[in-house]
Amino acid sequence: MVRCFLVHTVCPVSALSAAESRVLYSRVFGPDETVQHEDLDPEERRLQQRERVAVVARQVRSAVTLSREASGRQLVEMVPGEEALALQEADSGVVRLRAGDPFSGEMSALWVAVQSLGFTMVCEPHENLLLAEGTLKNLTRHCLEHLHMLGPGSEVLLKGDRIDVLLSRLLPHGQLLFLNHRFAQSLEKEVSAYMTK
Amino acid sequence: MYSHGSESLIKQAREIQESELQKFYGRLVRLLQAKEVGHETIDSLQRLHLILSATKFTRILPPELHKRILLLISSPLEQLQVLSSAVLRETLPLSGQEVNYSHLNSHAASLLVSQARSRPDVAPLCAQLFRTLESRQSEGPAHSITHTLPILNTVITHSPECLTEEHVTLLSKKLVDWLRYASITQGGGTSSGGFFSGPRSRQPGPIAELDGTVSGDFFTVLCVGQGFTEDQWMNVYSFSMLRNWLLTYHSVSNCNTTADSDDRSEVDGSVISMVSATSSSSRLLPPKERLREKAFQYCQRLIEQSDRKAHKRTDTELQKACLVEAVCILDCVCLEDTSLVYRVFPCIKALYGRLCSDLSFARVLVPIAQFYLNHGEMAAVDCEPVWQLVFGRFPAELFNDPFLAHELLRFLRLNIENLQLRVPQYTLSFPNLLKFLAWDSSAMVDDFVDLLPSLVTAGTAVELLHTLLDLPCLSATLVLQLRSACLPITEPSGRILQALDAFRNPSVRGLFLFLLRGEAGSGDTIERLSTLHELLTESADWPRVIQCAQTVPVLLHIFFNTVIKVADEKLLAHLILVQLERSSLLLKIPKYIKEVHRVFSCHLLKLCKLHPSLVVDQSHELLEFAGTTANVYSKEEPLLLCIRKMVWVLGEYLSVSCDARCSVRLITSCFEALEAVLFEITSSAPPAGAVCPNPRVITTLMSALAKLASRSHDLIPRISLFFSKLRTVTRGGSAAWCSDEEDLVAIVTRGEELWSLLKAPGVAQSVLTPPPHVNTAQWHRDTNVAMPLQLRTITSLTHSQ
Repeated sequence: MVRCFLVHTVCPVSALSAAESRVLYSRVFGPDETVQHEDLDPEERRLQQRERVAVVARQVRSAVTLSREASGRQLVEMVPGEEALALQEADSGVVRLRAGDPFSGEMSALWVAVQSLGFTMVCEPHENLLLAEGTLKNLTRHCLEHLHMLGPGSEVLLKGDRIDVLLSRLLPHGQLLFLNHRFAQSLEKEVSAYMTK
Repeated sequence: MYSHGSESLIKQAREIQESELQKFYGRLVRLLQAKEVGHETIDSLQRLHLILSATKFTRILPPELHKRILLLISSPLEQLQVLSSAVLRETLPLSGQEVNYSHLNSHAASLLVSQARSRPDVAPLCAQLFRTLESRQSEGPAHSITHTLPILNTVITHSPECLTEEHVTLLSKKLVDWLRYASITQGGGTSSGGFFSGPRSRQPGPIAELDGTVSGDFFTVLCVGQGFTEDQWMNVYSFSMLRNWLLTYHSVSNCNTTADSDDRSEVDGSVISMVSATSSSSRLLPPKERLREKAFQYCQRLIEQSDRKAHKRTDTELQKACLVEAVCILDCVCLEDTSLVYRVFPCIKALYGRLCSDLSFARVLVPIAQFYLNHGEMAAVDCEPVWQLVFGRFPAELFNDPFLAHELLRFLRLNIENLQLRVPQYTLSFPNLLKFLAWDSSAMVDDFVDLLPSLVTAGTAVELLHTLLDLPCLSATLVLQLRSACLPITEPSGRILQALDAFRNPSVRGLFLFLLRGEAGSGDTIERLSTLHELLTESADWPRVIQCAQTVPVLLHIFFNTVIKVADEKLLAHLILVQLERSSLLLKIPKYIKEVHRVFSCHLLKLCKLHPSLVVDQSHELLEFAGTTANVYSKEEPLLLCIRKMVWVLGEYLSVSCDARCSVRLITSCFEALEAVLFEITSSAPPAGAVCPNPRVITTLMSALAKLASRSHDLIPRISLFFSKLRTVTRGGSAAWCSDEEDLVAIVTRGEELWSLLKAPGVAQSVLTPPPHVNTAQWHRDTNVAMPLQLRTITSLTHSQ
């Protein structure tokens, strides 16, 4: 299953100082990692979960920077309406997260970087990464479209419930789904219906 | 994309004043008390979520507000369910919160799961889910039952012991029904709420395949229709979790069963698996075995269906994903019941035949390779062609596919022992495998840290060392190879003009082709390495090459630490030679050269300490290296460190007690060589453009000469003469070859110490060439032997106290 999905900044942006990065959306699936091991109170648990998400974001950020540096490709500004093109031009890759850093088991963090934002999905390594990659790209496209992320707005922060609904259909409780175009269409129709309310 | 507006929103949410926050809470409570849910309520809930999620510390809601939001979770309006679930996830649960497990919607369930602290928290949810599954009617909207499977999947991933034996049996039966016996007619307008309200008299048509033809067999995820029935949806959800289910409850070590039932199932299993050779008797199988059989059939059908040409690109991608999943499930099933291998292998073999020549299916071929590795021997199938793909074509042609690289390297990591046993060409394939690293170093280095030790063998160690040292060159070559393929031969290549021309030039092409070779064994390295480095000079500032160069030192460390376990002295001697040779033969990236020298200095010393007789063997080469005055005048710290260590090693180990072959003649010739260097650098000012020689190099030389002289007393007068001259020359307080006064004092002091020591040759010998046992801990700790302890004992005895 997918352990978490997050949207975060991956390169310096004018709104932030060079070293800072922001996690704009994060969703962790399943009961907390530390359930079996320690007797932490819920507050500490939440804090640890946030820190795990932050570690993932940092590692992906570093991977994206190195990947872009190595390929030497120039980033092209895209505007709302060009979501499909933005996705086509996006870099993608996968980071191996070693056991303990930050999840107790080894994980694979798949990422898609569209300009200054990264969309990351952390999966168990034995998961079907081909399916995960397809799902991640699909989720990215929907996020870009429904939250107008290519523009300067802040909808991703205030309308995070839209991503929640998107995930509840296309990645329910972290479960990757084998959806052919018909099933996907049916679910996407439900999502669109929600978005227009 | 991330604007100042967004940043200021986050700041506001973080820094909101307590009074303002309380006012906001109050307003929201009032909004929630109202009967109507308006735009303002939604908006406020969204803001509340931002406020709660913006801070690291957890904010606690006032109990009144918390309770009202909790009520929203079971609202008929989905947006309220979503928002309340999201808000409550960001805060602490109310103590003494009563949960009503019936009629849980998906969002409420996810909140419960996220708050679960232990097994007892999850168990009631589990029980409720199974109650929902068992009841025939679905009470809520069509999807309410579909979410039971993803939630269950979450539960079994984290706490598989939550499911009882009955639960497992029940779900196995249900999965069989949904996977194998879902409707084969299209769903009517039922699930889309009457949107397609066509004539009701029209019979629903049959389902179709992805290429449009009518389906002739049972429903799978690769079947399409205008609409879908509920059990067809469940078919999709069932298949999506099937592998995890099989891995959790069908693996060889099943923790849930008691000892008794284990014995029973083993006996039953062996009898039944003979029966399951024919699928017609599958109705007689117990639920677990039946599920296994149906999983096999489902995967077989998917493999057939994936051969069809889908109309849509997304469906083509799905077919590939289905192939991966099918092969993995079949592998799982065969590991559980090895008698199935004979039925499954023909299917996998046919699939391999279909896909092996198409590189776009490379990611499907990796799980197929895993299957061959697990079961190929048992089925007596020739796996050779598979390994040729995995170790040959894939790294050579697909090194720049990050996902394939990740999956292939993971496959190698998981199967290292097996591969070393069964696949002889594994250890010869490092020139190819390293292409993944050379291309995408930062992403791949972690995997190679794990894999490299398995690639170090006595037979290929030297070639591997050369290959590692030239990894940046390989990186540059791969860049050129890709560029060359993209750009037509007549077009100017812009930035990398010269290197690309060289790459295409027939007279030097062979050099590049050597780097691009797929297998080890055709030669350790090339003669014209320096030519190659020159041709690639401009690549020294390409980011990809620089990133690659940064990963080489850590791999070198791993290489050396591993090779000492498998190498004999002859090989170690050869490796020392390679290090000395290559220290001046590296791609001209200054930082890279420095780091490699640093690694060399560490390991040269280590090797010599482990096998002191190597010093005698290689004394000629070591002297050549240390004696090159150009090196001594270098400004590069790590190179000087290397020289000092080599000089030290010569001084320390060139003695009869280390190696009986160490003759007086050898000691003398070594002495003379080092003496010459010392004289040269201390007789005059450094040559134009060079800095003064490093003082520690000078003192190291002096100490080494003193050690050698203490073993062959004829040499003592010569070195003593030098020391006396040194004192005279520096009496003025300065020397042309040493600009720093403190350094000069240190040098002279050391000279004086050594000189006085050498005045008593016997003492000098014991001090400068102590017998080996002096260095052992016992000499210092054992009260019978340790001098200081003996003295202390005697002192305490003789002192009248």
